[in-house]
Amino acid sequence: MSHSQTTTTEHHPALAHQFDSLEQQKDASMLGMWAFLLTEIMMFGGLFAAYLIYRLRYYEAFVAGSTSIAVTLGAVNTLVLIGSSLTMALAVSAAQRGAQKVLRGFIVATMLLGLVFLGIKAVEYHEKYVEHHIPGGVFGKFGPTDIEKDLQEKDHKTPEAAAQIARQTEIFFCFYFAMTGLHAFHMLIGFGLMTWLLWLSRGNRFGPDYYTPVELGGLYWHFVDIVWIFLFPLLYLISRTQGAH
Amino acid sequence: MGTTKPTAQGLLRRYVFTTDHKVVGLQYFFLSLAAVLVGTFLSLLMRIHLVWPQAAIPFLGQIKPENYLAYLTIHGTLMVFFVLSTVPQNGFGTYLLPLQLGASEMALPRLSMAGFWITLLSFFVLIAAFFAPGGASLAGWTQYPPLSAVPSAGPGQGTGTDLWLVSIGLFCVASVLSSINFITTTLKMRTRGMTLMRMPLTCWTWFVAAILILLAFSILLAAVIMLLLDRNAGTNFFVPANLLISGHAVDHQGGSPLLWQHLFWFFGHPEVYIAILPGMGVTSHLLSVFSRKPVFGYKAMVGAILAIGFLGFMVWGHHMFVSGMNPYAGFAFSSLTTAIAVPSAIKVFNWLGTLWGGRFRFTTPMLFSIGFVSLFITGGLTGPILAQPALDAYLHDTYFVVAHFHLIMAMAGLFAVFAATYFWFPKMFGRMMNSTLGSAHFWVTFFGAYAIFMPMHLLGIAGHPRRYSELTGVQYVAAMAPLQQFITAAAIITICGQLLFLINFFWSMFKGAAAGANPWECTTLEWTLPSPPPREGFGNQSPLVYQGAYEYSVPGASKDFLMQDSTATPQ
Repeated sequence: MSHSQTTTTEHHPALAHQFDSLEQQKDASMLGMWAFLLTEIMMFGGLFAAYLIYRLRYYEAFVAGSTSIAVTLGAVNTLVLIGSSLTMALAVSAAQRGAQKVLRGFIVATMLLGLVFLGIKAVEYHEKYVEHHIPGGVFGKFGPTDIEKDLQEKDHKTPEAAAQIARQTEIFFCFYFAMTGLHAFHMLIGFGLMTWLLWLSRGNRFGPDYYTPVELGGLYWHFVDIVWIFLFPLLYLISRTQGAH
Repeated sequence: MGTTKPTAQGLLRRYVFTTDHKVVGLQYFFLSLAAVLVGTFLSLLMRIHLVWPQAAIPFLGQIKPENYLAYLTIHGTLMVFFVLSTVPQNGFGTYLLPLQLGASEMALPRLSMAGFWITLLSFFVLIAAFFAPGGASLAGWTQYPPLSAVPSAGPGQGTGTDLWLVSIGLFCVASVLSSINFITTTLKMRTRGMTLMRMPLTCWTWFVAAILILLAFSILLAAVIMLLLDRNAGTNFFVPANLLISGHAVDHQGGSPLLWQHLFWFFGHPEVYIAILPGMGVTSHLLSVFSRKPVFGYKAMVGAILAIGFLGFMVWGHHMFVSGMNPYAGFAFSSLTTAIAVPSAIKVFNWLGTLWGGRFRFTTPMLFSIGFVSLFITGGLTGPILAQPALDAYLHDTYFVVAHFHLIMAMAGLFAVFAATYFWFPKMFGRMMNSTLGSAHFWVTFFGAYAIFMPMHLLGIAGHPRRYSELTGVQYVAAMAPLQQFITAAAIITICGQLLFLINFFWSMFKGAAAGANPWECTTLEWTLPSPPPREGFGNQSPLVYQGAYEYSVPGASKDFLMQDSTATPQ
């Protein structure tokens, strides 16, 4: 271990005592992050599995619920989030080069794009509130919803069938809010990480030898992005060809 | 100890908010000790109530049925999460993994610290449920909805259940953080020469258990979040339509309680192996040390550990045979479950092979290791019985199941913990535990375990349902009262016998005979350091490993064991 090392990284201030070299430290940190992301995949995987089970069980309600949400806003948000992944990747590259100011600029840009995403999400949530599509005992209590009317007019369902399917869309919206909400919560954690990276970068410590924290933050941000890449088609797109609109 | 007088802040960072894996390991150990004391006390209350339902307990009064169910829930939760998932893995593993791998610290020490403090918080949240309005949750450690999903379903189903869910959610986060650290340390921190196939089997089992924790606890976290949303945010993942509770319709629609069972047992079955795999590692390790023989079939052992971990993820449905499962799914789960008997049998065979022709040293840890093998066989044999859907339809929710999992998971798991404690105590505290008291403790616990749990098989076969707080009303159950009285008597004696352990433990900590660096003449790297090891562990002098962990009675060697870092090659 350390007594055999003669590299210049031996006494780098960022080297923790339990590691022999910055390289070992980086390997260990990256493996740890990937293992963490695996747990995240499992956690979201539990929700995805539940979503699929209920989609098969309440197929018509899931189609009706899915076609009722704003696909344009979702698509714009997808682009915004992919853009934020690009700025994040550029931030990692800036850290590798030791360009601290560029690094800070791209981190701030990433956060701003993240904020735009959450803003659009808030608009969508507000829409659901106006349409009485928030789970928790309001379904079917404020007269026929837009979904119910569409089912009658465009899909030519009987009023009873339309009312029942509209009532069952509550389970779709349970998933919509649980999954996008958990995703948004991960974005908030991401803001915390970005702030921490800004704080770290004050000391101009990042460079070719040491940029692990930025890379870890980048991995996390990209992961949150990828979760959305799965959520968007599952919630917004998948039923659109079966729908009436 | 440093040469300068430590400041208060220094002491705090050294022994309380510390990243030192040795201190964190001991913190986990003592947390589990507290949890096992509370959990055992609750089981004592339950046993007394079953036999003397009218008895007034000092300070608690007469135990009501809802109290009994709350004790049952918290007993199971404490024992499964805070004892069996905590001490074998996070207690001993955090302490020993870096030492056995020749590393000076865990790879990510701050995760060790975070893991412990979140687990401690989780423990307090769980215990706080007893003081919440309505008391602790009644729904058992499995928390099946709709009982657990509807706050109006009973006392303890309000705040008590929310606290249970928050506690377990925190526990999931802590376990996952700690398991990331175990995996990273095993793969990235081994010293030079320590190849994977030279690792002690303890390290293998900690590694595989960490992978199981990583995958299983994240699913439980998802399920817990969904159940919390059902209870507090109006979603309906788990609550079926048209549910009536006390004559009132519940305002939910179309969820399925079965979904919880799937998510829970996808976690719950690997959890069984998370609890027992480290015990298997300890047993393999100690049988070799005290038979002065190499582990029989090291590679087969590693293969069996991996196979058990892999198959453990494919059998969760065998907990749900009576939940209304498609018979084809039941058949698949049943076949896969019986398939686990193969790697388990490989392990038992290899343990017996390790013992065969050994030059035994019947120390206390050796006795407990042999006890582990005995209990693992006895408890394991009822596994394939319960894995048959037809038999399970009859035995499900009877005392037969209670007997099965207590023998194989609780008793075998605890025997491994006792073995590990007696074995590594000298390394941790620099003193030996008393072996006379240790032997007495072993024999009381060994006969006690069988006396408590063997009769429960008979209760189950006779149709005695589990979880019932009183037996007096039903005629065929009341006929089994004498057997229940025998079990309670055995439980009281066995629990009293544990005082032998506690006295021995705390007395030896201060008064035990001084232990040298390597009192058991063991080969692994932790025994090359002084007892207890210094704060910096190996520091800059990281060892070089030349051979595997089980070089005992090597022909031509000068001693009957070769340390892993020994350069002395046999003639």
